[in-house]
Amino acid sequence: MPYGIRLLVSGERALFCRPEMKVERVSYDVITPSAARGILEAIHWKPAIRWIVDEIHVLKPIRFQSIRRNEVGHKAPAGKIKQAMNRGDLADLQILVDEDRQQRAATVLVDVAYVIAAHFELTERAGPDDNEGKHLDIFNRRAERGQCFHQPCLGTREFDARFELLSPDAPPPTPHPDDRLPALGFATPRDLGFMLFDIDHAAPGRPSLFFRAALQDGVMTVPHPFSPEVRR
Amino acid sequence: MTAIANRYDFVLLFDVTRGNPNGDPDAGNMPRIDPETNFGLVSDVSLKRKIRNYVELAHRGEEGRHIYVQESSILNEQHRKAYKAVAPYKDDPKTDKAGKLNPRTDDEAHALTAWMCANFFDVRTFGAVMSTGINCGQVRGPVQIAFAQSIEPIIAQEISITRMAATNEAEKKQKAEGDDSVDRTDNRTMGRKHIVPYGLYRAHGFISAKLAERTGFDEGDLELLFTALAEMFEHDHSAARGEMASRKLIVFKHDTALGKASAHALFERVRVGRNIDGEFRDVEDRGIDNAPPARKFTDYKVEIDRANLPDGVEIIERL
Repeated sequence: MPYGIRLLVSGERALFCRPEMKVERVSYDVITPSAARGILEAIHWKPAIRWIVDEIHVLKPIRFQSIRRNEVGHKAPAGKIKQAMNRGDLADLQILVDEDRQQRAATVLVDVAYVIAAHFELTERAGPDDNEGKHLDIFNRRAERGQCFHQPCLGTREFDARFELLSPDAPPPTPHPDDRLPALGFATPRDLGFMLFDIDHAAPGRPSLFFRAALQDGVMTVPHPFSPEVRR
Repeated sequence: MTAIANRYDFVLLFDVTRGNPNGDPDAGNMPRIDPETNFGLVSDVSLKRKIRNYVELAHRGEEGRHIYVQESSILNEQHRKAYKAVAPYKDDPKTDKAGKLNPRTDDEAHALTAWMCANFFDVRTFGAVMSTGINCGQVRGPVQIAFAQSIEPIIAQEISITRMAATNEAEKKQKAEGDDSVDRTDNRTMGRKHIVPYGLYRAHGFISAKLAERTGFDEGDLELLFTALAEMFEHDHSAARGEMASRKLIVFKHDTALGKASAHALFERVRVGRNIDGEFRDVEDRGIDNAPPARKFTDYKVEIDRANLPDGVEIIERL
């Protein structure tokens, strides 16, 4: 695969929320391709390129923990903001958190580490100055120095991701021998069911795309966005 | 407002003495604990709440420093009454047509977002989701705070307390029917408090200059954020909290917007260990297993590794 990169990302907690269980959030077992793309984009992205995640290597056992927090029930209404703009005062523009309380639990992953193997393709918005080498260089330089556009996160922003660039010739990190269990797809492949692939922001209504995820020897192979494996 | 041009990462150390820094709604308001390791936790949102409260308290009503997500104890209704009494705002008929004023175009949505950023400190700093029906945009703020975790496992202690009064008549009767005949205890209600005898917590934060460009988070805001982090516990005393204080705020300033080093490598330069007879001992050092539990900040030692700092990174000790 041309111009591939491998990024080791890890963190103490992670939350890759299942869309069907988002009121009381429950994480997928492993990072989704869309979250992996978000991490790469936090380091380098331009409209000229599109990140394609090829593989996700799961390096740690899949473990969960529950956290319940006080959250607010509403978003900021655009209409009210506009009224306040027109009126020129802020008097009732606020959310009173004590009166708009929702206690929600989140089932989050604990102690995660992944290798994201990905490459990028040039999009139709690429200009004459854009070539793959240039963007690859920028990404590698930033990732190597720990630079980022914003600190990448593992699903939600309170769970920050630490990242480390793996050099192209380095051997791939593998799970600890004790962790090579069927839960990670060692010995027998593990079916993870349908998983969110990404959200098609270009299409009207922003539909969610899904794919059938499986772990084989700790590796989840991710289909190409335009392949038939991705269900629209 | 010119946005900040540098990336920052910071480490905040704060402690609690005989108090509950952050109750867990799932566990009857016991202090949050990582169930596998017994390390204490304080959620990101809890810390953000305190920053908001501090800014609201210290800069109430100042232009551009309003707080959108408020606790209801704020007397804004009072404010509104005052506004309504003044001529130009008096019962603007537009106010009643709520819900019909959604933005129609991207430009309009941008204008709304920009206006919210300009007026509200918390929207500018932490971002906000602003939508009803038609999506008017989501602001991602430059400041990101992670869960705080204690340096060592904490012990959550449950303390029973009594109140010499009953809540209502029924409760009083119920108590009287018991066989307890001592007058003094007739109306007594039992309650429970959870405290952590002592805990030193460490929080990590990230400030992205690139996201700051989008919300207009400027140097003044940065200064205010750091002041808030240092002083927020001073204005958050309550029966539940005990004594909480910010102990150290160590800021890593990068000389560029994208930064010069990975945040985690920088965070590893701040090491917190036990102070055993004036000596730094790693908390995982088995040799300190028999040491008495930490009960005050001086039982800990903070070391900052300044050697071979990456080029373009500066350490600023704010506290």
